[in-house]
Amino acid sequence: MLGFLKNPVVVTAEINVNLVALTVMGLISRLWGLSYPRAVVFDEVYYGQFVSLYMKRIFFVDDSGPPFGHMLLALGGYLGGFDGNFLWNRIGAEYSMNVPVWSLRLLPALAGALCIPLAYQILVELQFSHCAALGGALLILLENSLITQSRFMLLESILIFFILLAVLSYLKFYNLQRHSSFSASWWVWLLLTGVACSCAVGVKYMGLFTYMLLLAIAGLHFWHMLGNQNLSNVGGGWLFCSYPCLGDLSLKTCSVSLLCHFLARGLALIIIPVAMYLSFFYVHLTLLYRSGPHDQIMTSAFQASLEGGLARITQGQPLEVAYGSQITLRNVLGKPMQCWLHSHTNTYPIRYENGRGSSHQQQVTCYPFKDVNNWWIVKDPGMQQLVVSNPPRPVRHGHIVQLVHGITTRYLNTHDVAAPLSPHSQEVSCYIDYNVSMPAQNLWRVEIVNRETDTDVWKTILSEVRFVHVNTSAVLKLSGASLPEWGYRQLEVVGEKLSKGYHQSMVWNVEEHRYGKSQEQKEREVELHSPTQMDISKNLSFMAKFTELQWKILTLKNEDTEHKYSSSALDWITMDTNIAYWLHPTSGAQIHLLGNVLTWASANVAAVIYVCLSLWYLVRRRRKIYDIPEDAWQLWVSAGEICVGGWAVNYLPFFLMEKTLFLYHYLPALTFQILLIPIVLQHLSDYLCRSLLSKTMFRALIVAWFSSVYLVYCTFSPVTYGEPSLSVAELKDLRWKDSWNILIRKQ
Amino acid sequence: RAVPGWRVGGPRGTGTWNELSHVDCLRCSRLCFVFIFSSWDETHFGKMGSYYINRTFFFDVHPPLGKMLIGLAGYLSGYDGTFPFQKPGDRYEQHNYMGMRGFCAFLGSCLVPFAYLTVLELSKSLPAALLTACILIFDTGCITLSQYILLDPILMFFLMGAVLSMVKCNACADRPFSASWWFWLSLTGVNLAGAMGVKFVGLFVVLLVGLNTIYDLWDLLGNLSLSLVMFGKHLLARVLCLILLPLALYTAVFAVHFTVLNKSGPGDGFFSSAFQSQLIGNNLHNVSIPEHLAYGSVITMKNLRMAGGYLHSHWHLYPEGVGARQQQVTAYLHKDLNNLWIIKKPDSDAADLSDPSSPVEFVRHGDIIRLEHKETSRNLHSHQHEAPLTRKHFQVTGYGINGTGDSNDFWRIEVVGRKPGKLIKVLRSQVRLTHVATGCILGSSGKTLPKWGWEQVEVTCTPYLKDTPNSLWNFEDHINPKLPNISLDVLKPSFAEILLESHMVMIRGNSGLKPKDNEVTSKPWHWPINYQGLRFSGVNETDYRVYLLGNPVVWWLNLFTIGLYLLTAISTAVALKRGVQLSSELKELSRVVLRGGGQIALGWLLHYLPFFMMGRVLYFHHYFPAMLFSSMLTGITWDTLLKFFAGFLSPSTAARRVYGGGILALVLLIMYSFYLFHPLSYGMIGPMASDPSSPMAGLRWMDSWEF
Repeated sequence: MLGFLKNPVVVTAEINVNLVALTVMGLISRLWGLSYPRAVVFDEVYYGQFVSLYMKRIFFVDDSGPPFGHMLLALGGYLGGFDGNFLWNRIGAEYSMNVPVWSLRLLPALAGALCIPLAYQILVELQFSHCAALGGALLILLENSLITQSRFMLLESILIFFILLAVLSYLKFYNLQRHSSFSASWWVWLLLTGVACSCAVGVKYMGLFTYMLLLAIAGLHFWHMLGNQNLSNVGGGWLFCSYPCLGDLSLKTCSVSLLCHFLARGLALIIIPVAMYLSFFYVHLTLLYRSGPHDQIMTSAFQASLEGGLARITQGQPLEVAYGSQITLRNVLGKPMQCWLHSHTNTYPIRYENGRGSSHQQQVTCYPFKDVNNWWIVKDPGMQQLVVSNPPRPVRHGHIVQLVHGITTRYLNTHDVAAPLSPHSQEVSCYIDYNVSMPAQNLWRVEIVNRETDTDVWKTILSEVRFVHVNTSAVLKLSGASLPEWGYRQLEVVGEKLSKGYHQSMVWNVEEHRYGKSQEQKEREVELHSPTQMDISKNLSFMAKFTELQWKILTLKNEDTEHKYSSSALDWITMDTNIAYWLHPTSGAQIHLLGNVLTWASANVAAVIYVCLSLWYLVRRRRKIYDIPEDAWQLWVSAGEICVGGWAVNYLPFFLMEKTLFLYHYLPALTFQILLIPIVLQHLSDYLCRSLLSKTMFRALIVAWFSSVYLVYCTFSPVTYGEPSLSVAELKDLRWKDSWNILIRKQ
Repeated sequence: RAVPGWRVGGPRGTGTWNELSHVDCLRCSRLCFVFIFSSWDETHFGKMGSYYINRTFFFDVHPPLGKMLIGLAGYLSGYDGTFPFQKPGDRYEQHNYMGMRGFCAFLGSCLVPFAYLTVLELSKSLPAALLTACILIFDTGCITLSQYILLDPILMFFLMGAVLSMVKCNACADRPFSASWWFWLSLTGVNLAGAMGVKFVGLFVVLLVGLNTIYDLWDLLGNLSLSLVMFGKHLLARVLCLILLPLALYTAVFAVHFTVLNKSGPGDGFFSSAFQSQLIGNNLHNVSIPEHLAYGSVITMKNLRMAGGYLHSHWHLYPEGVGARQQQVTAYLHKDLNNLWIIKKPDSDAADLSDPSSPVEFVRHGDIIRLEHKETSRNLHSHQHEAPLTRKHFQVTGYGINGTGDSNDFWRIEVVGRKPGKLIKVLRSQVRLTHVATGCILGSSGKTLPKWGWEQVEVTCTPYLKDTPNSLWNFEDHINPKLPNISLDVLKPSFAEILLESHMVMIRGNSGLKPKDNEVTSKPWHWPINYQGLRFSGVNETDYRVYLLGNPVVWWLNLFTIGLYLLTAISTAVALKRGVQLSSELKELSRVVLRGGGQIALGWLLHYLPFFMMGRVLYFHHYFPAMLFSSMLTGITWDTLLKFFAGFLSPSTAARRVYGGGILALVLLIMYSFYLFHPLSYGMIGPMASDPSSPMAGLRWMDSWEF
């Protein structure tokens, strides 16, 4: 019974002191004095507003990336008990007492600190010595730019953390592959790779680059596995060729068959990341259910699903548009701003500034505010009445209607007169009969763009409709230009004759809607002024909401104005640029995003050496001359795949991007490049320093170089941590490059 | 570049000039109706052909070879270059345009034999080659595109020529350095130069050939029976034929271009002062102007950056939120009255300079001056506001009324490499303007301003004191009645400088072709599915309409085949990797799929994917080079698959029947679809296809087609 007592209870703990020491140092370097400065630093002003909106559960759209990163920052705020009441309007503004600065900055700082042990582990998993791994981790630890970026409420450190985690777990998985496929730890690391990848993508779309790199490496490894004839391919049936099938054997050894390997990778590296990515949006949409500042970007249907805002107005309107319906028509495009089809009693000027003439009829515009002049009545051309009959006769796809402006009772019209600002298109007006042999052309065909059948009914909010002019087949379109003074700067609406395909500027949807009841104009005006009252609720499915939100995030473009500290991708390698993050209002204390110059330079040198050496080896191997042993070559290649590959995929795409770029975009690439330094150094010392003397000298050099890295770190730490404040002379001394913008206060 | 989609003027009446040649699979063949109207981009390239005949200098975003050949064809066929090519739909009247169209059509019909030979070489299978040829002959899109004076048939001719000679050269690999090997290798180089010389899209085929060559060399390097010396010879031969020869030819094309076009024309302002002085009729040619700059002179200043503009200002103000709301100062590439400035002393007002009796005072290096804009009488001004686009620089504006401004209007004028006190020469002095108050230097950033700035180029004052061409200027025009005009010979630019400059100008022009807001543009994903065509001529029911649209059956077959090819290639590669034992026949098939098909598929990718990353305006016809590759892939893939499945049915007669029947069915399908859709390229009259009485009724399979 008590047999187990015969043996002592032994707990063996294996602690890698290196790892612990690195983690502790990392935590100290990143967390020390975290709530200083107690002011908004650089992009905190941008992310902070989203944290506030999360706290208040208000819906927003951020075109800079998916919501997971914002949610993590908001988690910090939630744990710190932030109520969201802070006006994020200015960099350098003091935080009020209710802002838990420490906990808001905690998560990015933790992520930044954990990058150091991750870097150590990655180098170990790449089969390099612990000494090299220690060196690599220390370089990351002493990298000023990574420290600065981790200490504030910014996303890069979180992104780098997930990227490194993904790489590390893939390496662990791959190293387990040889001995213990499908073991528990094998599964854990494989799944963790997928999860970390999706988190990286969820924080910033930049994570996609590393994800793609890992997919490619996994594909390559799988391809090598295909050549392994010891593995079966499940009954031989899934390959179309008639490979002599191993029949029952394959059933028994299914655990190592190729198909299982393939499916496991597909599950972990594709299906799980996609599911995770969707779940970020699910949480995002569940958390944010109140209407807010970005509502107007979304379609009416989406807005109606948010609490407050449009939902309050449209609750319970009749669904089907009928003859006699009173409606407001919103342009689906939402650019340059959301607007509704509008008319007012003013007419087009007889002559424009440039001498062209107009029809002098009543203006039709698109107006970005709710207004009683946005109401239109759908009329049957064959009947006079402007009320909805009982039962209502719904308007269907292909029906021909007239649109009557509610307040002025004029008909929407277009004719062969050039539009005021887009002379290639037709003018749209509300028809006034001047008796000048210009007949009314006011018949429009309703075309429901998103119809399911050709007899679909025109529905409020849900239907996207094109109005095709019957006489000229022009399409009612928002041109995007804004009219001059005579048109009160409202947006121009035109009839587009050459309507090529589908464009959202030609599509409209009914937003507010009610059945008209009053036949008399006076009564109708009263009716138009009164708010809509009836009630039905609409619910969009999650997938519909997700697709729309995702599409908006990808297509929404902020105006591309250059920022004072923006830079081009070419400036990054040599660090010709910096970013001033914060300046103390009185003393000269300031924080800059400024890297450790020596590390950046060494990383560049390491990359050049790596590429040159690899080419040299490659060409020589092709001629069957082997300079280094085969396994050393394999290590060299796989280290390059990760480090040079990681650097390239995270850096080169920026040359193709047209958005505003900042130095911090380079940090993920830099991290990979730094990891390359110890790899190259160890290789040099192992294979190129043949004699003992040269080895010793090489080591001495490395030590000297390392101490200078530390010195540079110390020199720049005042602008990394913002403490202590420096005098003008000291600041001038820090300006090692002319292109750096160090702020020197004029006396 | 003319924008298709301009209102077409609408040709009236119908043209019926036709020229019939026979249809033959192996010989070039094309049915060729030609109307008497110019259509679509013909206005553009035809005009440029005329420029060559008239020897007038012009500027275009494409390299000159294509237009030069058109001009040559026109010249040889007796076209006199007088047709104005003003808008699509103009009648040619008595002008002799057949030579130009015939030339383009001839090159376009050469594509068929080229594709035929390429596929034959790659697959060694006659049916595959016939299928490819048949696809290209009966594709309405290819026909339409080759019928007019456009660059595309010329580009595609060189492109296919390069692919054919590359494939032929690979076939000669077993006897390197033989005569035929040298012939095909150098022909590849010639065709590459041709493709690059017509459009920059030719770069993609250069890439294709480059990758193929690298693969080849890598193969040779691994061959240990080959000595390093031999390998060196291989390398040198390729460097010679594929790099040096094309480069030389490409340069020669430009040399001819600049020699032929020696008269001033519409494109002058895009180029530097030195370049313009070469053109007969330009105001800088054999120029006779006052040599030294004096106070009171009216001048224009040109930025020394490649493709830099003239310092320019106009009545419009910077919009709100962009620095101070003062008058815009920009750099403008065209010659314009608003480019004129007057040099004044900082303190003097306008009156004492207009006095003819006052002595002339020259401007000297180091002087402090004020530049007044002639049209608006505002001073060149800068202050510590952010520049509109380059936020690190200061904004430059026009400020003051009638020349009265403030101390921010003063600039120090300095000549590069001169001592203080020296005079400043027109054209030859490289001048730097330093803002006195802030110490920044006037420069042009080269970035294009948004709509409010009329898409002109930004001018800023840079606080970084570096001497780059961006911040250096020269004086180009110089008017001063008080000074004698002296004839000057401006420094002649070397040919290398001209070449570099014209490329900078072209690249700038290309990146400037951005789609406008709310404009419906063609997207790359539209193309392979034949989503939407291009109207070549005619809009209304009574017009003679030509519509550029691929034969949908052909295009959808191509699209489907790309997927099919991927599946085939992957399964073949996996089978080989798994070490499956294949019969010699199957081995040969897998080689065709992987090596031959791979080359073609790579060509398709290289000619299609880059368009997704391009910011410029794209058109449907950009897909046609890729479509050629796709058609060849179709031929190879179907041939291989039919052979493979026929191989399963072991009896040889049945196998042959299945194989032959399959190919025949495809050919018949393509021919029948061509019969249905041929009016697209040979012209349609009568009601639109949506009308049941139209001859095209029922053929509008997609709503987005507009015929």
